[in-house]
Amino acid sequence: MMNKEKIRADFPMIQSEFEKGRIYFDSAATSFKPKCVIDKVVEYYTKESANIHRGDYDLSYQVSSEYETVRKLCAKFLNAKSENEIVFTSGASSSLNLVAYGYGQKFLKADDIILSTEAEHASNILPWFKVSEVTGARIEYIPLDKEGIFDLEAYKKVLSDLGNKIKVVTLAHVSNVLGNIVPIKEVTRLAHEVGAVVVCDGAQSVPHIKVDVQDLDVDFLCFSSHKMLGPSGVGVLYGKYELLDVMDPFMLGGGSNARFDICGNILLKNPPFKFEAGTPCVEGVLGFGEALKYLMDIGMENVEEEGRELHKYFLEEMLKLDNVIVYNPKSETSIVTFNVKDIFAQDVACYLNSQGIAVRSGNHCAKILLNVIGASETIRASLYLYNTKEEVDRAIEVIKGVTLEKCIGASI
Amino acid sequence: MMDELLKRDIILDHYQNPRNKREVNDGSYLKNHMAADSCIDDITVYVKIVDDKIEDIAFDGVGCTISTASTSIMTELLTEKTVDEALAIIGEYEKMIAEEDFDADKLAEANAFDTLSKQANRIKCGLIGIEGIKELLERYKDGKQ
Ligand SMILES: Cc1ncc(COP(=O)(O)O)c(C=O)c1O
Repeated sequence: MMNKEKIRADFPMIQSEFEKGRIYFDSAATSFKPKCVIDKVVEYYTKESANIHRGDYDLSYQVSSEYETVRKLCAKFLNAKSENEIVFTSGASSSLNLVAYGYGQKFLKADDIILSTEAEHASNILPWFKVSEVTGARIEYIPLDKEGIFDLEAYKKVLSDLGNKIKVVTLAHVSNVLGNIVPIKEVTRLAHEVGAVVVCDGAQSVPHIKVDVQDLDVDFLCFSSHKMLGPSGVGVLYGKYELLDVMDPFMLGGGSNARFDICGNILLKNPPFKFEAGTPCVEGVLGFGEALKYLMDIGMENVEEEGRELHKYFLEEMLKLDNVIVYNPKSETSIVTFNVKDIFAQDVACYLNSQGIAVRSGNHCAKILLNVIGASETIRASLYLYNTKEEVDRAIEVIKGVTLEKCIGASI
Repeated sequence: MMDELLKRDIILDHYQNPRNKREVNDGSYLKNHMAADSCIDDITVYVKIVDDKIEDIAFDGVGCTISTASTSIMTELLTEKTVDEALAIIGEYEKMIAEEDFDADKLAEANAFDTLSKQANRIKCGLIGIEGIKELLERYKDGKQ
């Protein structure tokens, strides 16, 4: 069991004057950070300011080795074969773009197929639109079921219809709108049978469930530090080494090359360094290391188990309300997506804000999914390990009492 | 400042029975689709101007209470006004939203938004349709020159 009180005490945001009595249900957008993460970032600026991989002096050496220790820690967290499979980026979006550019644009050809779903975040579909435009490869969508959820049978049918024309399967492990978990291990096994590589958008899964890249066997995994207790400005691209090795970097520059000459010949470093041109977000990576330690100390099994339990409780309470439509009654982690009947999502979100509850309204950057669930705007409440049943109870009381009059009253 | 209950009733009324809300497919109207700024409100405004006078004005799309009601109210206020009069009214509205001194007499029911500026996250909602209309009026004036 997690000790919620102890955990909540670790988060300065929760203890802050502003948040006192407020409820933060928007962790799918970004999470709060524990003090150890914040302290590490500050420590870099107050005691360890030096660039990495450059200087010959003690401090630079020390910071470089701390930076590389985080890479090792991250490899351990994901059970990657080697830390050389961990590329630091600026976030999930940048990781996803890197794969699309460095792998997709390099290897795909006209008539190849990129297979995805209509539930993807913009950051995992727009880069592939570009790949399609540049290479002539085509994007096909695996039909979702009536509730917008990944359908394994439909996927199998697409695989048997399109077979080895499919070169890339790219999809979110956990949808940022519906919170359902895609059976990515099975998806990957089947994709490999037709010779496709699998790009897994783990932005919403890695923070909440145990992800073992060797077990899942995905070829690429992309996620952000800021959604899993770490600083913003840092993300990870995990890739199998042999794929990273043949892929192009998105940026060239200092730190990514071993040597170059005046004739334009460049000898790139090996992965992961060839992808990390320029000075990275050093303090962010160091802070991310603390976030990884924090999660590993609790144990991702525990984070997952308690996350599922809290989610189940919230979902069940929401399903009891007559004035609410829940769009993801089968979701398993973190996210509950809903509307209050006959009231526009944004109006409800503003009212909840006036009652101290932070949620997100809108289409959650997954614009094409809306055709499937038939609601143009929804409210998303997303929980994390510092949220409690008491908060759920309080939120339920407020949501139960929402009326159009109260919503307007909150804006004037 | 307007009474709160009155404000609420005005907004509720314009939200539930929006005026001039319809799709227009008529080439004699100028048209502006306002969706780029926000991924929520998606409002299209239409204005028909004859000899510098707004003969008709309409809007369509999905929006929250604030964006729907503010656009609805403004369509009523601006019908039959000259382009310059309309721009002056919009100017007063913008001043109100920016918490500057403004002429409340010019704004009639739009005074219902006289404290909207206190809700930073709703200011955009209260401006989206109205800025759309303003752009069309300016486009008309530019086109004449
Ligand atoms: C499923 C999914 N993919 C990608 C992203 C993009 O993450 P970031 O904004 O950190 O780059 C998000 C963030 O909202 C997400 O939820």
